[in-house]
Amino acid sequence: MKVVIVGCGRVGSGVAKQLAVQGWDVTCIDEDEGALARLGEWRGGFVVGHGMDVDVLERAGIAEADAAVVATNGDNTNVVVGQVVQRRYNTNCVVVRVLDPARAAFYAERGLRTVCPTQTAIGTLIDVVRSCEPTPVGTG
Amino acid sequence: MYAIVAGGGKVGANITRSLLAMGHEVTLVEQRRDRFEQLEAELGPVVLTGDATEIFVLERAGIARPPDLVLAVTGDDEDNIVIAQIAQDGYEVPKVVARVNDPRNQAHFDLLGVTRTLCATSGLLGLVEHEVPEHGLVKLLELRREGLEVVELSVSPEAPAAGKRVAGLSLPDDVRLVSITRNGVAEVAGLDTVIRPGDQVIAILKPGLEDRLRKALVG
Repeated sequence: MKVVIVGCGRVGSGVAKQLAVQGWDVTCIDEDEGALARLGEWRGGFVVGHGMDVDVLERAGIAEADAAVVATNGDNTNVVVGQVVQRRYNTNCVVVRVLDPARAAFYAERGLRTVCPTQTAIGTLIDVVRSCEPTPVGTG
Repeated sequence: MYAIVAGGGKVGANITRSLLAMGHEVTLVEQRRDRFEQLEAELGPVVLTGDATEIFVLERAGIARPPDLVLAVTGDDEDNIVIAQIAQDGYEVPKVVARVNDPRNQAHFDLLGVTRTLCATSGLLGLVEHEVPEHGLVKLLELRREGLEVVELSVSPEAPAAGKRVAGLSLPDDVRLVSITRNGVAEVAGLDTVIRPGDQVIAILKPGLEDRLRKALVG
């Protein structure tokens, strides 16, 4: 199985390394050549360039990819690149990181698989605070 | 008319000035603090600070009314696509126009349903070609939504069309000659119009037929 990861920052590189360990054929794309250092001993592919550039996507093998993860540090870049990959290459599984919960919800309603770390953090923080509430006593 | 202009650079600021001068209601959204202060000092409360790709900012600008027109003219193509998609798909704004900063991104705008676009670079390139017609055929206008384009050609003395009537040309079905300009005077082209060397011919056609039109007219 082949996956292309657009944006090799903390999130992208982390996903790349774990999927590679699990046997995926992984290629990362990042504008910064230095991002390769985040991957450690890397046997997968790495293409320097911007995800908006279809030549870069194609050099990374997007046309043959089973999945794509779009996780640059720009929400708008991610939703645009995600939609381009989905529509232009009919990639089966495209997942996009969107930090803004409102934009994540907007694009999720329109068929893009979005992951919103902000929303996850909000939910987790609320759960932790609520777990600190004293348990009601003698209500039975 | 009510318009939201996203992006207060030179393009957005000038469009806002013009729309205001025409008596329209406008909200201009600018993200950079220093630029916002400059614009606010000049234009007053029509300027709003914020990131126009954030839905709550667009809502503060009145996207839910909805406006008659949204112009996404920031210097970032991804931002312009997102603003246009939110306006047209989320709020059913009847007319949305987006600026294409990098002409290489035009295909992305088309693919993602942002059909009304303006690209200064492509426009300038068209003007350059208009002055220096290297390929014998210059695109004057692309009607993307309609799937048509308007082009201009120069007829040289050795062109196969020189001296022929329009009716006698073997033009493809989806091509019509619109006008012929001779010595600076234009006239609407009819079937009996005779084409002369040196004429500037304007034609309307479906994209993809440029080569066949060129062969039929200028060889």
